[in-house]
Amino acid sequence: MQNGNLIETFDLVKQFPIGGRKFTALRDVNMKVRRGEFLGLVGPSGSGKTTLLNIIGALDKPTSGRTVVIGMDTGKLSHKESAMLRSEYLGFIFQTYNLLPVYTVYENVEFPLLLLGMEEKKRREMVISALKWVGLDDRARSRPSTLSGGESQRVAIARAMVKRPKLVLADEPTANLDAENSFNVLDMMVRLNEELETTFVFATHDDKVIRYLRRKITLNDGRIVEDIETVPSPPGQGGE
Amino acid sequence: MIRHLMKGLLRDRHRSLFPVMIVAAGVSVSILMYCFMDGMVDDMVRSSARLDTGHLKIVTRGYNELMTQAPNDLSVRDSDAMMERLRRDYPDMEWTGRIKFGGLLDFPDENGETKAQGPTIGFAADLLGEDSKEIGRLNLESALVRGRLPSSPGEIIVSEDFIARLGVEIGETATLIGSTAYGSMAVYNFVLVGTVRFGIAPLDRNTMIADISDVRYALDMEGATSEILGYYSNMLFDAGDAAEKADAFNAAREGQESDLTPLMLTLRDQNGLGIMLDLMMMRSTIIITIFIMVMSIVLWNTGLMSGIRRYGEFGVRLAIGESKPHVYVTLIAEAVLVGLAGTAIGTAIGLSFSYFLQEVGWDVTGMLQGSSVMMSNVMRARVSFTGGIIGLIPGLAATILGASFSGANIFRRQTSQLFKELEV
Ligand SMILES: Nc1ncnc2c1ncn2[C@@H]1O[C@H](COP(=O)(O)OP(=O)(O)OP(=O)(O)O)[C@@H](O)[C@H]1O
Ligand SMILES: [Mg+2]
Repeated sequence: MQNGNLIETFDLVKQFPIGGRKFTALRDVNMKVRRGEFLGLVGPSGSGKTTLLNIIGALDKPTSGRTVVIGMDTGKLSHKESAMLRSEYLGFIFQTYNLLPVYTVYENVEFPLLLLGMEEKKRREMVISALKWVGLDDRARSRPSTLSGGESQRVAIARAMVKRPKLVLADEPTANLDAENSFNVLDMMVRLNEELETTFVFATHDDKVIRYLRRKITLNDGRIVEDIETVPSPPGQGGE
Repeated sequence: MIRHLMKGLLRDRHRSLFPVMIVAAGVSVSILMYCFMDGMVDDMVRSSARLDTGHLKIVTRGYNELMTQAPNDLSVRDSDAMMERLRRDYPDMEWTGRIKFGGLLDFPDENGETKAQGPTIGFAADLLGEDSKEIGRLNLESALVRGRLPSSPGEIIVSEDFIARLGVEIGETATLIGSTAYGSMAVYNFVLVGTVRFGIAPLDRNTMIADISDVRYALDMEGATSEILGYYSNMLFDAGDAAEKADAFNAAREGQESDLTPLMLTLRDQNGLGIMLDLMMMRSTIIITIFIMVMSIVLWNTGLMSGIRRYGEFGVRLAIGESKPHVYVTLIAEAVLVGLAGTAIGTAIGLSFSYFLQEVGWDVTGMLQGSSVMMSNVMRARVSFTGGIIGLIPGLAATILGASFSGANIFRRQTSQLFKELEV
């Protein structure tokens, strides 16, 4: 982080064994992400977006190459240390909402704070405020199974954001949302990015998301083929 | 955190209620099985000892060779002196003589012509001796169906079913037609004074029971006894002590070469009881092994069935910031709780059923028709301390084992793979 980069990857290669042969999902991926960026990994299906996101989040190990996230070389972390990295600094939003069905909305959002060993009163404050961000404070006692797709996705976003992580990794966060909900969620993310300087990295091929991005990295066949700054044009400001 | 995980466990019936029920079912079945087999073995040992084998038995070597044919020409000669000696040498035991014999039991009419007859297995014991305990040992008082027990020489009791089949009455004369110890024909008149039923199939078909003095006289066996049975005074069989006594007794007669040399047998040496008991002893090991295997497979499967869901959950928890070891430990802790709860419930159910089977029993008369095993027709379980704790080990061990196997995937796979299981 000395150089202000939140994420740095060095010659990342990821291969998957497929029936005795090797399939290369990522080839020589080098990228740097600065604090406060609002960035998207785009590219056709199968281009390696999710794979790259998983490696950045230390959910997966590269076949070769190195990743440094928030100053930590993820390849060298113990179970405990990588748990600590995720618990303290990272928030994940998954394509499928991945809420824990046995817990209420409140308890789902509370979980990351429990892992941080936060005391009850502070927890309550933060959970309630996270649920307010996504407009679901009135559903705190509901079970995920009673929520709509958009509501579930918003709970997942609240869970990823509740501890105010430095970095949010969001894999197709709008894939299951209608346009209105997508824009609501994205507006909120922009707000959090501006207010808390949270860094966002998306993996997406949703045009609605792409309109919000300030930087776009295009993957094709596991390779970065384009890395450009873009001017966001969210619907509210674009004169639609 | 722990409260949070407990909440999750209790709310998710696929994680708590169902596994607890599976463990409880497995534990109760294995306890029931254990207690039942224990009761069966116990009954078999007791019945055999009382009715047939004694705790120790002395016969001649020749008799031993042909035991099933009751070769009374090879009986122990001068048995009274022998018994005197035994009582002196083994003061902790009670000794008594028995004779088994075969023959035809014939019921004549007024004219002396045969009215009814049938083959009989004869059984002679010291029924009239002043301090004989045979009546109690043979359980004759409770076995009595009609009439009374013999109280003077010449009186016999016979299987109720046999008598019913022959259609004769209490008080009639019964003529035993058999062969003496020397091979000539023996004919002897008894009076039928009562009928008995033991609830042991081979004994209830056609047994006649007579006093040993009468039978000695009838079969020309004065002073001889085919079998001398020894019983521990407390009626509890001590296999180790019995084997020592028998070895010492037989070693002292090693050099003798006669068919008539006495031989001491323990209960285990007779009727294949030793092998049977050894097999039964292996029962707990076998049961537990099978149980652990079955339970592990069942729990493994349960784990796999709900595993897809579970792996996704683990993936989420890992992504949120739990460490792999922590997730694994919570999984094992859940298994311990589930195992304990299931074992407790299963033990309660298993012991209740066993107790019921101990008190009420299970009538298997139908199944034992034609059987020659000295086993009661009403099978009873035996509730014991071991039976009470036997479920603990497999109930806990299998559950934890199953959990640790299915949980190993947490380490084996990349976290991203755990999600894939969920997404597919
Ligand atoms: N565990 C795996 N085993 C084998 N191949 C895999 C595995 N995970 C991903 N791949 C392959 O790697 C390639 C990249 O996958 P990835 O999920 O990163 O694509 P993506 O860009 O996220 O696609 P999408 O837009 O459809 O989500 C795909 O061709 C996929 O088939
Ligand atoms: Mg993807």
